[in-house]
Amino acid sequence: MQIEPITHRNTQLSQQTLLKMYWDMQLSRRLDERAWAIHRQGRIAFHISAIGHEAAQVAAAYAIHRGVDFVAPYYRDLTLMLALGMTPVDFLMSLFGKRDEIGSGGRQMPSHFNNRALNVVSTSAVVATQVPQAAGLAFAIQYKQRCGLVDPNDTAQPRLALTCLGEGSTSQGEWHEAMNWAGVHKLPFICLVQNNVYAISMRVDQQMAVRNVADRATAYGVHGITVDGTDVLAMYDAMSEAVQRAYSGEGATLVEAKCYRITPHSSDDDDRTYRSREEVEQAKARDPLLRFRQFLLQESILTDTAIEEYDERAKAVVEQAQIDAEAAPYPEAADAAGAVYKSN
Amino acid sequence: MAEVTLIEAIRQAMDEELASDPRVFVVGEDVGPRGGVFRATQGLYEKYGADRIIDTPLAELSLVAVGIGSALADLRPVCEIQFADFIFPAFNQIVSEAARMYYRTNGSWCVPMVIRAPYGGGIGGGLYHSQSVEAYFAHVPGLKIVVPSTPYDAKGLLKSAIHDPNPVIMFEPKKGYRAIKGDVPDGEYTVPIGPARIAREGRDVSVFAYGMMAHYTVEAASRLATEGIDAEVIDLRTLLPVDKAAILESIKKTGKALIVHEDTRTMGYGAEVAAVLADEGFEYLDAPVRRLTGLDVPGVPFSHPMQDYFMPNPDKIAAAIRELAEY
Repeated sequence: MQIEPITHRNTQLSQQTLLKMYWDMQLSRRLDERAWAIHRQGRIAFHISAIGHEAAQVAAAYAIHRGVDFVAPYYRDLTLMLALGMTPVDFLMSLFGKRDEIGSGGRQMPSHFNNRALNVVSTSAVVATQVPQAAGLAFAIQYKQRCGLVDPNDTAQPRLALTCLGEGSTSQGEWHEAMNWAGVHKLPFICLVQNNVYAISMRVDQQMAVRNVADRATAYGVHGITVDGTDVLAMYDAMSEAVQRAYSGEGATLVEAKCYRITPHSSDDDDRTYRSREEVEQAKARDPLLRFRQFLLQESILTDTAIEEYDERAKAVVEQAQIDAEAAPYPEAADAAGAVYKSN
Repeated sequence: MAEVTLIEAIRQAMDEELASDPRVFVVGEDVGPRGGVFRATQGLYEKYGADRIIDTPLAELSLVAVGIGSALADLRPVCEIQFADFIFPAFNQIVSEAARMYYRTNGSWCVPMVIRAPYGGGIGGGLYHSQSVEAYFAHVPGLKIVVPSTPYDAKGLLKSAIHDPNPVIMFEPKKGYRAIKGDVPDGEYTVPIGPARIAREGRDVSVFAYGMMAHYTVEAASRLATEGIDAEVIDLRTLLPVDKAAILESIKKTGKALIVHEDTRTMGYGAEVAAVLADEGFEYLDAPVRRLTGLDVPGVPFSHPMQDYFMPNPDKIAAAIRELAEY
């Protein structure tokens, strides 16, 4: 198959950063594939995949101040989370529902990400609920700066809130209300819509009558941009621009990353009931990992041997993470009664 | 000590918390220069400015969700829902999100947010300005629900709610905003979330009520005293968590229980109080547990004769107590 070349060039990324981003994408892919495999083996109950979304997510992570800026992710953000600092063991622990799973102690289904230490806020399964909450996080940033609770130039403080969702979720009223708030209050807010064409089985034209999600930005008085979400360099530049806009007080950005969901919606879905194999195969020409790999080879940033080494290393990391996660204890049954209220 | 109205006490609580903690802000529809449709925030905009008294787009969902987000970022939002009837667009954010955040993150995030919502009928508000919605929320672990019936409690509970690290909803009996007056101390005080209050001590019948109905029940009980019926009135004040101890303590003394709320009957809050009595107070009961509630109809009707028929009032409460006393 002919992989579509990356043509975007105007990026400031160092070679070292490019390689880190490539590593995160490669690791995410191998981890994701392992999750599918152990689901097929009957070892885990559920997996929801990021395959096809890796470029958009890694670019988003590297464009913001990782671990400091607020992030309200959605269930497909495996690569984003890894790039922010979640470990493969963290993820595998969630697949197995282990006690020391970092996000919820095994209370939440896998991929309902949360990581307080990284300023990643917990997400639920009710789509788009995180978006107005992220507007609230952005509002809090603005509030603290205006009321003198933080120094606006203090880079140790969050200076923007990034949230992600799929294009299907933009049909929710939550999304509309959040975008409206972001516009009215000119919030340091980035909404990254990962448009992978499908909301489970429903194509994007069943979700909206406009061509692009980002076309709606004008209606909210925010900046909107549609990007090739499988081109990591184009994504990085678009995200960086959005970050600068947020940091400099110029308001919110709606970034739409056009990609394709290469896998079924989740391990419980059978996508053969609603799309052809040919369509899926064709979309793989825009596999974001393969496009980035081809770019790195063409630019002589990586050799074939080095590519192979990255891959082997990713497999080894995943293998060890699975061993560690499987060996970890399950929660005590009575942990179900766990703390419901925080004490004063 | 000064006598103030219920709404003045609520305003004082917000004013004092705004003054003492820069993380506290008020957010809602028309809360700014307008001072709120009931004037709960009157004067606060002039005192604290547009950065801290925030008029929102007319959308309750995002009003609450932005509250959640800012609470996650360690601010202390006080969200005003204009009428409790309009809280349902935000139901998902309150129930699926705010209430579950602490549990679902294994304690790593909390939502120190307050939602204030005027509730209740008898004000000519019809189906959509009269509802009592507490039962929907009192069913949700992770929330705390308070309903004051006196200015003292309103101020003290609201201050506790603002200090609380969990999401707290305060339902305010709007019919009593100006009708209910009472003493409020000059200095700093709080009323803890949790314990019920014995509004009137008595030996013959226990009446469990809250909000406007607690106010009416005290009135009914005073009248009955002249007839030689000595009713005890327990103002529940906090609906979630349930103060089982106070309920059981009172039934031990009287052996007879009446529960009064203006919310509709079936699956209302009274059902939970009755269940506590049946489960843990059975041996003390000398009479069936009775409920006096609003009618099981989809809303409080607008026209006065129908509205009055719907609403419990001091006369109906007195009749119900009398009947139980005679049992």
